[in-house]
Amino acid sequence: MATDKLISKVPAGPLENKWSAHKAAIKVVSPANKRKLDIIVIGTGLGGGAAAAALGELGYNVKVFCISDSPRRAHSIAAQGGINAAKNYQNDNDSVFRLFYDTIKGGDYRAREANVYRLAEVSNLIIDQCVAQGVPFAREYGGLLDNRSFGGAQVSRTFYARGQTGQQLLLGAYAALNRAVGKGWVKSYPRHEMLDLVVEDGEARGIIARNLATGDIERFGAHAVVIASGGYGNVFFLSTNAMNSNGSAAFQCYKKGAWFANPCFTQIHPTCIPVHGDQQSKLTLMSESLRNDGRIWVPKKMEDVKAIRSGAKKASDIEEKDRDYYLERRYPAFGNLVPRDVASRAAKERCDAGFGVNETGLAVFLDFKTAIERLGVDVIRARYGNLFQMYEKITDVDPYKEPMMIYPAVHYTMGGLWVDYNLETTVPGLYAIGEANFSDHGANRLGASALMQGLADGYFVLPYTIGDYLSKKIQAPKVSTDTPAFEEAEKAIREKIEKLFAIKGTHTVDEFHKKLGNVMWEDVGMARSKESLERAIVQIAQLRKDFWKDVYVPGENGEFNQEVEKALRLVDVLELGELMARDGLNRNESCGGHFRLEYQTPEGETLRDDKHYAYVAVWEYKGLDQTPEMHKEELEFEVAHPSQRNYKD
Amino acid sequence: MENKLMNLTLKVWRQKDAKSKGGFETYQVEGISPDTSFLEMLDILNNKLIHEDGQPVAFDKGCKGPFAFDHDCREGICGMCSLYINGEAHGPDSEITTCQLHMRKFKDGDTITIEPWRSAAFPVIRDLVVERGAFDKILQAGGFVSVNTGGVPDANSIPIPRDDAEESMDAAACIGCGACVATCKNGSAMLFVSARVSSLALLPQGKVEGARRAKAMVAKMDELGFGNCTNTQACQMECPKGISIGHIARLNREFLCAKFKD
Repeated sequence: MATDKLISKVPAGPLENKWSAHKAAIKVVSPANKRKLDIIVIGTGLGGGAAAAALGELGYNVKVFCISDSPRRAHSIAAQGGINAAKNYQNDNDSVFRLFYDTIKGGDYRAREANVYRLAEVSNLIIDQCVAQGVPFAREYGGLLDNRSFGGAQVSRTFYARGQTGQQLLLGAYAALNRAVGKGWVKSYPRHEMLDLVVEDGEARGIIARNLATGDIERFGAHAVVIASGGYGNVFFLSTNAMNSNGSAAFQCYKKGAWFANPCFTQIHPTCIPVHGDQQSKLTLMSESLRNDGRIWVPKKMEDVKAIRSGAKKASDIEEKDRDYYLERRYPAFGNLVPRDVASRAAKERCDAGFGVNETGLAVFLDFKTAIERLGVDVIRARYGNLFQMYEKITDVDPYKEPMMIYPAVHYTMGGLWVDYNLETTVPGLYAIGEANFSDHGANRLGASALMQGLADGYFVLPYTIGDYLSKKIQAPKVSTDTPAFEEAEKAIREKIEKLFAIKGTHTVDEFHKKLGNVMWEDVGMARSKESLERAIVQIAQLRKDFWKDVYVPGENGEFNQEVEKALRLVDVLELGELMARDGLNRNESCGGHFRLEYQTPEGETLRDDKHYAYVAVWEYKGLDQTPEMHKEELEFEVAHPSQRNYKD
Repeated sequence: MENKLMNLTLKVWRQKDAKSKGGFETYQVEGISPDTSFLEMLDILNNKLIHEDGQPVAFDKGCKGPFAFDHDCREGICGMCSLYINGEAHGPDSEITTCQLHMRKFKDGDTITIEPWRSAAFPVIRDLVVERGAFDKILQAGGFVSVNTGGVPDANSIPIPRDDAEESMDAAACIGCGACVATCKNGSAMLFVSARVSSLALLPQGKVEGARRAKAMVAKMDELGFGNCTNTQACQMECPKGISIGHIARLNREFLCAKFKD
């Protein structure tokens, strides 16, 4: 057991002093030396875009890679509702401590305390930075910033720009990146996909990437590599992730020695537009911010459910007394603003009981009637206009008149590459930030905290901590890509690609991906059991075999070829899906988004086992078709002592 | 389901790469639900084409196999999808991107023509995919506020009138898809450039270097081969985010004032 690799490097001392003490203790690199050091950043979302810009400003030579045609397309752009910060601008008794506490409790006590505290601590700097960049946050008539509420919190600490907060924050980071590119501090490589990490002497030295426009396989060397490529929700095929979002870059790192933490922690978002049929390619999120004013319900009477499904009645025909506002009923203190995992399970519980309101039986209502009566249509339009428009375009139903229909869908992955307090993985010189790492959200992420974490890591944490490693590299020469390690990595990639083209089977990549998604959703989804997880492991292993025998990848490598892109990503998720199932099987408790049917309270809430599972499960790759080895990072809670999450009173 | 499934004829632009000559290929696609999105319909066709590609007896024209098209978020915000559908950027619906277009806007038996964005500044990479890097280059020339990370004032230290912030947000809604350029008979990028310039010009943070920004971005736009604006307003009609040409007026004002000061 090489568990000495899992040293968190969290400094001693009181929680509120840890980050200051750490910053004072770590080394810095002088401007003259920064110029000599190269950093590769993979991904240009809020984490990668912010990191690339900030590192470029500091004077490092940065190369930034994204798979889209422009850094601005990264999927952070789709975040709708907002970003949390502990500004306490609303005078509602918010504080860094309260944001920290809500986040660690929301994560069901499976995150690292010191990282979460630091996240809350730098949250305020993010808002200042974004405003300075010209991000047009919503404002009050007096000219100051407005806030809204989000799930899992009883204060209003969420800053927003209509329903396009992610877009505006990303355009801020992208503008900072554009400035850095224009100045020559950063070189941008759009339409490039990282296919492997190159490790030499146990340290990250660079990457192999495929130029997606030409198919060229290229080598890039650097003194440090930063993975900011997001999560792996697309394992499920249907998710709210963008079609091209994928966990492959992180998974390549896992195969090259970076250990992977808590892979089974997946967030199922409660408010998404329900699945309409088998021609569907993705699911669309309806922002959590809608739960500020929308009320979630299903009919109390089965006869009303049947009438709605048959079209005999509309939702608006159901009288108030016949509606079951089940979140308000079950969780009076938080009501419709319970955390996402709680809201998702409650929707599933009602639908499993037969009260689902569409023809598939997998939908509940999100109703704005009360809010429209109270505030008027214009206020609701100003708050959520673009979301209502999006809903109407997809479903052809006007949500100002009839309630939205929603159902939970895969949205975010809390698991990711294991990192220490410096955000460094178990491979020296390899860092992971944003959704790509595991560190801040435990078993469930609160709404409006993904944007916060991406920007915190990118602007205010990594630029400090990476200096500690790079200070040891100031004498190091430029990394040569003309070495056996690069040679071998490139050769392996070329062989893998050739092998894919050579199979010439009878099924398309998407057909395999849909099959995998089905297994994942049914057996590794919102409710899991020992039985379902064991079944998933067998099925995924079989699917992997079938894939390598029977997939058909058209065309050739030396061209713009979207099928080979998808095939390469599917190769990875066919292994990652199994790892997720193994991790879920190991964790004999329920916590946050990980709900094991065997472990629940009589009321159907998650039943944690702090005695045996208050640890991060960290997986080490042992080779293809070999069982990975699990290591533990025990979680210590000095301040926020674990208790059962209570959103009732 | 009462919704009737549709059969359609598609004329799709095929082009191997930037240097090759392109042309239309005709395909049939069957059993499409009106609730299916336009891009999902293309997925279904491509899936069929991959199966046919695997069979050696399939039609042996220049372009077999699936066709390439850009797409990503499929919820109208990333700006990756493009497509000229039946002569309209992002197809026959208002204020949406192609990925938000649903098949209920078409009828059983329709013929649909699909082309890439066509503009000198956006060369075709393959089939329906174009290179839009010119937009990045324009923004790299000046589409930012020159602040480094850290050391900035408290967010509430600069009050901004709500209406200004809202108008700035209207302009900032641009997703950089390029529909404005593709629609413009001159291939002008004025709506795109003005959205960024205007969004920043409306805020005190952006005013500081407003003159420099307007000049630098306009100069880069001209250098990259975009055409001039002749006020046809076509861009505004096709913009999926409803961005108004009022922002072009503000850009012109910013640009002229900057030039006067020179």
